[in-house]
Amino acid sequence: MSNNSKLNTKNSAIRTEEMVLNMGPQHPSTHGVLRLELVLEGEIVVKVIPHIGYLHRCFEKHCEAMTYPQIVPYTDRMDYLASMGNEFGYAIAMEKMLGIQVPERVEYIRVIMAELQRIASHLVALGTYGADIGAFTPFLFCFRDRETILHLFEITCGARLLYNYIWVGGLSHDIHPDFIRKTKDFIKEFRPNLKEVDNLLSHNRIFIDRTANVGILPIETAINYGVSGPNLRGSGFKWDIRKDDPYSVYHKFDYEIPVGKGTYGTVGDSWDRYYVRILEMEESLKIIEQAIDQIPEGDVTSAIPKRIKPNAGQVYARVENPRGELGYFIISDGSTSPYRVKVRAPSFVSMQVLNELCKGYMVADVVTILGSIDIVLGEIDR
Amino acid sequence: MMYDFLVDLTGSPILSGIVMSLLPLFTFILPFALFAVYLERKVSAHMQDRLGPMRTGWHGWKQTIADILKLIQKEDIVAKDNDKLLFNLAPIIVFAGSYAAFAAIPFASIFIGTEIDLGMFYIVAVTGLVVAGILMAGWASNNKYSLLGSMRSVAQIVSYEIPTMLVMLSVVMLSGTMSLHTLSEMQTGNILNWYILGGPGLSLSKFILIPFMFIGFLIIYISTLAEVNRTPFDIPEAESELVSGYHTEYSGMKFAMFFLSEYANMFAVSAIVVALFLGGYQSPIGYFGNLIGAEWLVPFEQFGWFTVKGVFFVFVQMWLRWTLPRLRVDQLMTVSWKYLIPIAFVNLLIIGLISIL
Repeated sequence: MSNNSKLNTKNSAIRTEEMVLNMGPQHPSTHGVLRLELVLEGEIVVKVIPHIGYLHRCFEKHCEAMTYPQIVPYTDRMDYLASMGNEFGYAIAMEKMLGIQVPERVEYIRVIMAELQRIASHLVALGTYGADIGAFTPFLFCFRDRETILHLFEITCGARLLYNYIWVGGLSHDIHPDFIRKTKDFIKEFRPNLKEVDNLLSHNRIFIDRTANVGILPIETAINYGVSGPNLRGSGFKWDIRKDDPYSVYHKFDYEIPVGKGTYGTVGDSWDRYYVRILEMEESLKIIEQAIDQIPEGDVTSAIPKRIKPNAGQVYARVENPRGELGYFIISDGSTSPYRVKVRAPSFVSMQVLNELCKGYMVADVVTILGSIDIVLGEIDR
Repeated sequence: MMYDFLVDLTGSPILSGIVMSLLPLFTFILPFALFAVYLERKVSAHMQDRLGPMRTGWHGWKQTIADILKLIQKEDIVAKDNDKLLFNLAPIIVFAGSYAAFAAIPFASIFIGTEIDLGMFYIVAVTGLVVAGILMAGWASNNKYSLLGSMRSVAQIVSYEIPTMLVMLSVVMLSGTMSLHTLSEMQTGNILNWYILGGPGLSLSKFILIPFMFIGFLIIYISTLAEVNRTPFDIPEAESELVSGYHTEYSGMKFAMFFLSEYANMFAVSAIVVALFLGGYQSPIGYFGNLIGAEWLVPFEQFGWFTVKGVFFVFVQMWLRWTLPRLRVDQLMTVSWKYLIPIAFVNLLIIGLISIL
């Protein structure tokens, strides 16, 4: 790959022109309505210019016109593959602002939901990544297991994608009586299924050839850009807000933070970013198992405030979402609506490194790299 | 053969010629394409824990027929800036290229379009016509994705023809014929006479040949996968990068022509592999017709064997497609130029040396 990037056409007698190729917004591999302007020299990428905003719904401005509890369902629509995580972050920020201590049971259920959501989200990431590389079967295997998780959410709150379940100060209602049993069943059947996907895709020679040593993200670049989540950990940096800035009850569980090791290539290549997600699913399963065993009794709605009217002030709270650090910065002017809500969306930050990663690779690698940083356009455009 | 029989029957060579040329289309290619699309759907579905089409008819068997009807009814869209002539000509040329190959494929000892001595040479030559059609489609579409797809496709098909031909040459060297019909006739009797097991006869050199014939078989199978743009070499149509490659801009019946020729090609290359290495239409265990003294039954059995062998390799193509990811363009070229061609060449030399012994 490296010798391709050194192709020099300037000295040749033939006049060559750079070709501009528009990728998206209607393209099967841009994971939504992202438009990439690729400047190409033959098939070698010289520059990638992302154009965003096709899915802009004025989330932040919209919040200013709504009361605090009304914002919860709107957070669902940002990273629509990890809605539980979005609600979790917002609830934590508001509880910090209001000084609410939520019951233990609520914390445990929130953690279980967030971790199930992490698995579901990573399954989509891995499945679509396989499809990007050309292997379509892992995609359906992943969606089969995601379906089970969505069913768990459905029996909990009636919705499959946009839940409105985690409220400020509690949950909309308690879990279904069958939930614990069904979650245990899911864990039992998911472990071998995960191994199956792993065998089919991760260690396949062609898959390794396509992803190893492609789109290398060095730690320094990652930190300079503010990349977080699996993309940062894929570069070998052990940073997880669940461990490094613990929130909720994460400190009570025993789990590891997997990092990229450069198994088949350089640390921080696409394969590492992909594999970190596989390992993270296993860790999430561990957390869920422990949380289910320890879950205390209690009333999940007791701490929900009747009317939210915080004092003037500001708060920043962050959670580890499947795609990285999701932060809410909320300014209150003492009324029932926020003065300003600013969201730090992990996908938005991750996408900024795309140009750095794609330079000198081929068009096919742009798809590989874009898939490996796993963006959700709902979150980038908000 | 069949042509002579038809001339006797009708008394008109022209009419017999027309019948002979249309026969494979209606008796084989169209039904096969319908069946193959259905098979592809079912195979992929069951590999992916799904059921596939279930609603149209018993286990969805009418699904492809419904799809074809839909494609025929669709509006034929030609964009403003397309090169109209080339755009309309391209699907015809692609289809003609893959259809013409069927003329020299021996389906049974009496069912062969035309018995030319240079059968193999002819097939390699006419399937090369597909390349021109693909390039025309990519250029005339006036779409960057189509152009990239067609250029990749042409580079790929041309590169992979070399290992294919080197392997063909090694079989030609052993058998001394380029006619697929003669070749199939030579592999008669039982499974030991197939070229994958060293060819007819029972000499010592035959047994030394076996491993090299296996290598040749693997090389030609991999190369033919690339020639028909199947996974892991489906880069020209790489959905995730180039949308659908050279046929992105095509709709309706013209798209169906590309589709049809793709499935016709899948069988054609499998047929060549079968004819070269796996005894062509010959049965591995002898014929039932000969056993009961009904010799008219033999060609039908041969046709059955040939179809079964061909469809098996089509199934393997599908199996690979739904299992493997795809390579990148430069890796694809690496596989051909750095591995397959040198190995095929050395293999050819070794087979040549052994056959002198």
